[in-house]
Amino acid sequence: MNEQAVSQDAALGRVILSAHNIAKSFGNVHALKNVNFDVHYGQVTTLFGENGAGKSTLMKILSGVMQPSSGDIILEGEPVHFSSTTEAQRQGISIIHQELSLAPNLNVRDNVFMGREIVGKGGVDYAEEARQTRQLMEELDEPIDPLTPVEDLRLGQQQIVEIARALSVDSRILIMDEPTSALSASEVEVLFRVIRDLKSRGVSLVYISHHLEEALTVTDHAVVLRDGAMTAYARREDIDLEWIVRNMVGDNFDLGSPPDGYAMGEAVLSLEGITVPDASVPGRAVVDDVSLSVRAGEIVCIYGLMGAGRTELLESVAGRGEISAGRVLLHGEDITRLSIAERIENGLVLVPEDRQRDGLVQTMSVGENLSLASIGAFTKGLLTSRGRERQVVQASISNVHIKTDGAAASIGSLSGGNQQKVVIGKMMATHPRVVLLDEPSRGIDIGAKAEVFKLLSEGAAQQGLAVVFSTSEVGECLSIAHRIVVMSRGRVAAEFGADATKEEIMAASGEAVVA
Amino acid sequence: MSDVSQDNDNERGTLFGGGVDIKRALLEGRAFFALIAIIIIFSILSPVYFSVDNFLTMSSHVAIFGLLSLGMLLVILTGGIDLSVGSTLGLAGVFAGFLMQGVPLEMFGFVVYPPVWVVVILTCAMGAFVGAINGVLVAYFKVPAFVATLGMLYVARGVALLMTDGLTYNNLEGSEALGNTGFAWLGFNELLGIPISVLVMVAVAIMAMLALSRTPFGRWVYSTGGNARAAELSGVPVNRVKVSVYVLSGICAAIAGLVLSSQLTSAGPTAGTTYELTAIAGVVIGGAALAGGRGSVRGTLLGAFVIGFLSDGLVIIGVSAYWQTVFTGAVIILAVMLNSIQYSSRKASKPASDGTTTSPQPEGATERSTATGSTTGKAGAQS
Repeated sequence: MNEQAVSQDAALGRVILSAHNIAKSFGNVHALKNVNFDVHYGQVTTLFGENGAGKSTLMKILSGVMQPSSGDIILEGEPVHFSSTTEAQRQGISIIHQELSLAPNLNVRDNVFMGREIVGKGGVDYAEEARQTRQLMEELDEPIDPLTPVEDLRLGQQQIVEIARALSVDSRILIMDEPTSALSASEVEVLFRVIRDLKSRGVSLVYISHHLEEALTVTDHAVVLRDGAMTAYARREDIDLEWIVRNMVGDNFDLGSPPDGYAMGEAVLSLEGITVPDASVPGRAVVDDVSLSVRAGEIVCIYGLMGAGRTELLESVAGRGEISAGRVLLHGEDITRLSIAERIENGLVLVPEDRQRDGLVQTMSVGENLSLASIGAFTKGLLTSRGRERQVVQASISNVHIKTDGAAASIGSLSGGNQQKVVIGKMMATHPRVVLLDEPSRGIDIGAKAEVFKLLSEGAAQQGLAVVFSTSEVGECLSIAHRIVVMSRGRVAAEFGADATKEEIMAASGEAVVA
Repeated sequence: MSDVSQDNDNERGTLFGGGVDIKRALLEGRAFFALIAIIIIFSILSPVYFSVDNFLTMSSHVAIFGLLSLGMLLVILTGGIDLSVGSTLGLAGVFAGFLMQGVPLEMFGFVVYPPVWVVVILTCAMGAFVGAINGVLVAYFKVPAFVATLGMLYVARGVALLMTDGLTYNNLEGSEALGNTGFAWLGFNELLGIPISVLVMVAVAIMAMLALSRTPFGRWVYSTGGNARAAELSGVPVNRVKVSVYVLSGICAAIAGLVLSSQLTSAGPTAGTTYELTAIAGVVIGGAALAGGRGSVRGTLLGAFVIGFLSDGLVIIGVSAYWQTVFTGAVIILAVMLNSIQYSSRKASKPASDGTTTSPQPEGATERSTATGSTTGKAGAQS
């Protein structure tokens, strides 16, 4: 891949778009402070930075969503000014947002031409649209029929449709904001192939990702932002993962190691042959005969690709979703038939994967969210006690280190990492014995990630919690977990100790090892 | 621990609903100012409007809508809607009338005349039963609330018509000999100079306020409407909460039916037609979000008073009934429009200040204003 990037084309690598001293403030908050940033012709430039570092703001300015407070954007040597995304698009700059903006009810053709329908004499010229769509999809090596409804496509394919839409307006510069966050490893491979293909066609790319390793395999230039300022720039061949992390957070960082120096207790959670049927395909099982036992004080990591059945397993253990066979034992007692509330009462809690959808009540304050699962603890007779609730909430805020204006702040005012801590704090306030966490690090920055892992490891060591967390990042398995369970197609594919290697784990999950 | 609560003394009001809360005061202020304006305007237009007697009379009319709105508020807070309350009100009146006429027990060969307190309890139970059907349909059979309660709107009205063959029960007084007098007490009597119906509404409002702000059930209602999935995973019995709010709404409608038939000393099967829309309008004027999760008892009561005082005022100054309909609709739209203007201006000014302050979520705000706008428009046009 590097040979390709360094290939001796005179045009390759010259600066096509550059941002000069871009600053953006919202009132007193300086989101960007005099950032300089170049996009190179036919190459990938990746922006690294924690949540809130200013990556998205910068991309919104380059794509015309926002206007900078000061500074210039130079396109091919000419200063330009975009007052809208349409204007930026006319100059060949397109952005693919983290949340896809496709209409799932329409087909591929209609999505690609949405808002720019080709109109012939007799109305919309569907045949021509379909022809162009088919051609685009073939160029992208993903020959999806133009008449396929988008909702029938896998997420990775939907992303390709987004790319096709950007190409159909002749984009020269394509900005991708977290394109791989919901893709499986094989889908990421397809995306990266498409990116290399785009480069060879002279498209310049700007790439944002939390998956540092992944981004390193595809990028040619690395730019690091921290607190709204650019802290480092380097060409790919001069840097490694550690360099990026060091520049992102300021000092060396690691996600911790398995806590030790204490004796683990009895097995508190035992799963015996758990099977969960697939709701959409009768006769198939998304979780297939999974058995697992976790001891008090033990941390178990469940690793697997998208669709491996991690979420379904954890949700069914927590009481949501149907179990067609098998038993869940908590302290030796069968809790398979209990409701979610009863399981929480017995000390088994789940921190769900999607905190916006399953974790938080957006209409409630930070305090009300934190106390939601433990209302019983501050209820006397019929009424709740405000004083006791305040104590529960304050204890949670300080226990899980939530940065907030106070218990009355709205949930939306918190950063992603702090929102995640609210969900964790809410479940911890019920004084559980077993904590299940589904992708606890999803969409939060590396600093918050380290804090969450530290909390879990302290909980296991000091309170004897049994912790089970799932992840799709190998690096996270090899941090605080005593044991790593790899799931593949609903089954337990392998089990490793803390001394496993990344290669072993990824091979067991059925993932092609990225070279 | 004591020092912690000391530090956060100033947050007490905002976190726990009581006390001074500027945000909420502004939100509800709209309905409050509308009510003040209505009182001032009609006091100028008519010499008889501004008097204690008239206020009490109007309040006894408001009681009917207030009771319906309070039940409706609970349902709307969970993200649902109850279109059947008007019909349930009518059915409750007819059911009470039927009981007052005496229940013939053929197998024993005599007629039972239940005393009034038994009639009241049985009627409330009937309302609870209607609500329970709604709730089970919505919570367990996943029928959209709009459709389930729309169906119940027809069914309950149909049953009421069937019970009386379309006629009206006029004899609700009972007789000394049968020991079932006193039905008119609800509609006509006063305690300390205040009509019983108003006291009933106030009592229900206080119970609802306590339930919403101080009990686990209240927190469950708000969280179910805010995010049912998150609530469920936090151990909230979401389905039971949903059934409960429809049951409570049904009971409120039954109480309103008793009060109305007592005030009229007659029970007709068509009583309460389109009242559900007025009830929804009251809730919405009171600042609740139809999407669920936001709203208060205080606001809802204000909303009910705005509608009641306006329509009675129009009657007093002698505006024609057709114009009353137009005015009522226009005021509903105006009140809610002010709400959304208030919201959008706050949203626009927000990014200028620092981003970490507590602000209502912009997406929630827009959702609310569009949702409320459309429903009240409908309610206004038909009520």
